[in-house]
Amino acid sequence: MDAMPKWADVVLIPLISLILAAFISALVILAIGESPVEALKLMVKGALGSTYGWGYTLYYATNFIFTGLAVSVAFHSRMFNIGGEGQAMVGGLGVALICLYVPWPHWSLALLGGILAAAVFGAAWAAIPAFLQAKRGSHIVITTIMFNFIAAALLNYLLIGALKPKGSMEPATGKFPEATHLPSFQDMFSFGETALFRGAPANVSFFVAIVACVAVWALIWKTKLGYEIRAFGHSESAAKYAGISPTKIIMISMMISGGLAGMMAINNVQGEAERLVLNAVEGAGFIGIAVALMGRSHPFGVFLAALLFGFLYQGGAELALWTKIPREMIVVIQALVILFTGALDDMVRAPLERVFLALKRRKRKAA
Amino acid sequence: MTTAPAIELKGISKSFGPVQANKDISIRVMPGTIHGIIGENGAGKSTLMSILYGFYKADAGEIFISGQKTAIPDSQAAIAAGIGMVFQHFKLVENFTVLENVVLGAEDSGLLRPSLARARRELKALADEYELNVDPDAIIEDIGVGMQQRVEILKALYRRADILILDEPTGVLTPAEADHLFRILENLKREGKTIILITHKLREIMDTTDTVSVMRRGEMTATVKTSETSPQQLAELMVGRKVSLQVEKAPAQVRDVILDVQNLNVTDEKGVHRVKDVSFNVRAGEILGIAGVSGNGQSELLEVLGGYEKGTGTIIVNGQPIDLTGAKSDGRSRRERGIAHVPEDRQREGLIMDYHAWENVAFGYHHDPKYQNGMFMDNAAIKADTIGKMERFDVRPPDPRLAAKSFSGGNQQKIVLAREIERNPDLLLIGQPTRGVDIGAIEFIHQQIVALRDQGKAILLVSVELEEILALSDRIAVMFDGRMMGERLPQDTDEKELGMMMAGMNKGEAA
Repeated sequence: MDAMPKWADVVLIPLISLILAAFISALVILAIGESPVEALKLMVKGALGSTYGWGYTLYYATNFIFTGLAVSVAFHSRMFNIGGEGQAMVGGLGVALICLYVPWPHWSLALLGGILAAAVFGAAWAAIPAFLQAKRGSHIVITTIMFNFIAAALLNYLLIGALKPKGSMEPATGKFPEATHLPSFQDMFSFGETALFRGAPANVSFFVAIVACVAVWALIWKTKLGYEIRAFGHSESAAKYAGISPTKIIMISMMISGGLAGMMAINNVQGEAERLVLNAVEGAGFIGIAVALMGRSHPFGVFLAALLFGFLYQGGAELALWTKIPREMIVVIQALVILFTGALDDMVRAPLERVFLALKRRKRKAA
Repeated sequence: MTTAPAIELKGISKSFGPVQANKDISIRVMPGTIHGIIGENGAGKSTLMSILYGFYKADAGEIFISGQKTAIPDSQAAIAAGIGMVFQHFKLVENFTVLENVVLGAEDSGLLRPSLARARRELKALADEYELNVDPDAIIEDIGVGMQQRVEILKALYRRADILILDEPTGVLTPAEADHLFRILENLKREGKTIILITHKLREIMDTTDTVSVMRRGEMTATVKTSETSPQQLAELMVGRKVSLQVEKAPAQVRDVILDVQNLNVTDEKGVHRVKDVSFNVRAGEILGIAGVSGNGQSELLEVLGGYEKGTGTIIVNGQPIDLTGAKSDGRSRRERGIAHVPEDRQREGLIMDYHAWENVAFGYHHDPKYQNGMFMDNAAIKADTIGKMERFDVRPPDPRLAAKSFSGGNQQKIVLAREIERNPDLLLIGQPTRGVDIGAIEFIHQQIVALRDQGKAILLVSVELEEILALSDRIAVMFDGRMMGERLPQDTDEKELGMMMAGMNKGEAA
């Protein structure tokens, strides 16, 4: 017998946590000497008040969907993949190589090529820590963090060396050829005179991200592999009894996770920058952890949480632009959201469970 | 004037969320007696004792110690009131000596040496008085479980306990060790100590207690004088209906050898040699019972046969050797060879506790083509299968969408049994089939095992419950320290002889 109905678990708890985080954020903004109401208005207007704002919000959200899904898949096999950042960087390398060195006839094929390259490179980068975990027992948290640094160093090396066009002063690759450029929302949704999403970076990758959500959902809950991944995540001893190989599950779930993190590169590298620059990932790999936590490792939850964080990112940028609230405020807000939805989950859950139990008891008495 | 009871509980109630673990329980235990509390798992025995020992706070009710109303907010208060508790899982520091463990938490001062010297003197006195002989300088991890339990009792006595509570004390003991324990308890009783014995074993209650209280579903259903009751009556009070304590079975119709184990050796990850040169066979249509105190290699034997531990030697199933170390040594390959396995620990191995019942019904057999639908699993087919299995095995409540952890121990075990037995295996491995299972379900589970035998299947039964081994087995083998001590036929042996073998003594030496 569960203490709470499912909707309370999935909707009510994150909502209450969010309100608590917002409340404390409001106190901080008050302390800075600004009005929290004005700040909220500004954030909503900046992130959601125009197609331009939406174009940024959805662009950020796309990044977070990929990294959030990556962390979720690994979570299901109880692997804590902190390496999304590095896997996304290396995914970007894959995208850059395939865009620069393969002559693509059309953007749609280039997109497929980009997806494949990003996934393969990201998966390969996750495979090494996974192997070390499965065979040597090296803790996945430690190794994936270390691989973030190695990935950063590798990209540094390549972007000031082999991949930098001759004569360029910047640590970045050259511009990708025209045929690999993905259609942005502006290209897709503007008609006639009205230009929507003008100049915003959201692009077709957003729809790939939605497809990825559905695919991950089907993988985890509808396939044998997902069944084995979840079983292993719940109980390694039981998985062994059932003949599920721990090595296989650790390798596969981590490689799927790394592949998803890598796929973020079709959005930020191929879709937005159209070249590979240093620090292209901008922390999205870490935001993915918060997104997965808040989304309860469910693709739909990840989707919603990614939208929220996209909103916070874009709205926060607007705050810094128009008020004396520093840009760091947005980091504080994010940290509070993570704190309340992830770490302090029980603080909201326990009292709420008691409320529902009391309600249930009263109902039974009445019946 | 009558003496006041050593312990009197009045109207104790305690609930955990929606579960009422104790409902208005009242009990009186007279000084200098052994009082048994019997009941099935989850009946509320341990909760009641935890309240008495200050681990939980009762929602309502009062506690009187020797006639004085006493509040017991924590275990310090319980100790001060003269209550000592011996837990089912010992609370000893493994790498300390016996003496250090006894003194731990009851030191006289900041300096250890005077405390230890005093404890040494007292231990000697206690040992002489109660037959509680323990070497005070032995390290805990080097001594046997029977000895460790004596250390727990000494700890309580050193703290001047007059009332001793023992929670399932014989679960880990050989019959001989259990007898020794009961002699100690008799001695304690003679010295005027009061003892509360919590157990689910009817025989222990009948042999040792003066009075007995029966608990069922959080309520105290009866308190009777042991001399005025019978095991049958107690069982009925525990379950709430008539139960059969006997297993009905016809003589075995034995056919070909299905499982032939030759010179099996198993060394675990830590390099401990767990199974030593073991050989035996099981034939179609018979139950081979392996008796032994837990931790003597039976678990590892099952794990090798079930495909999740490596071993060396030869195991032949249906005339063909099975792979013991290579790619075909996993559980899936074993199932394909017609070996089904009901593991010893259903919560850690047999079930995923967070999975729904229907997901657990496919567990280990999730590759079965009948559970597939193209590239996806056919969850509807699995659910339909689950409904049938729940009906045939009387799983309650029959709801496939309930998580495994929401079922009682007996119903969890029925889910595992239904999954394994309905695979129609040639060989069924079954470990501790009724551990943590209520009496009503035990009857059903035993019937299912015997029915499978009568269909001509080979069954390897591992159990630490001697009564269960004697009731079910057609042949009995005893394991001690990783070796086979020998085989007996149930009609030619008794608990005493098997108990000797379980303690590592052969017949000749025992005499």
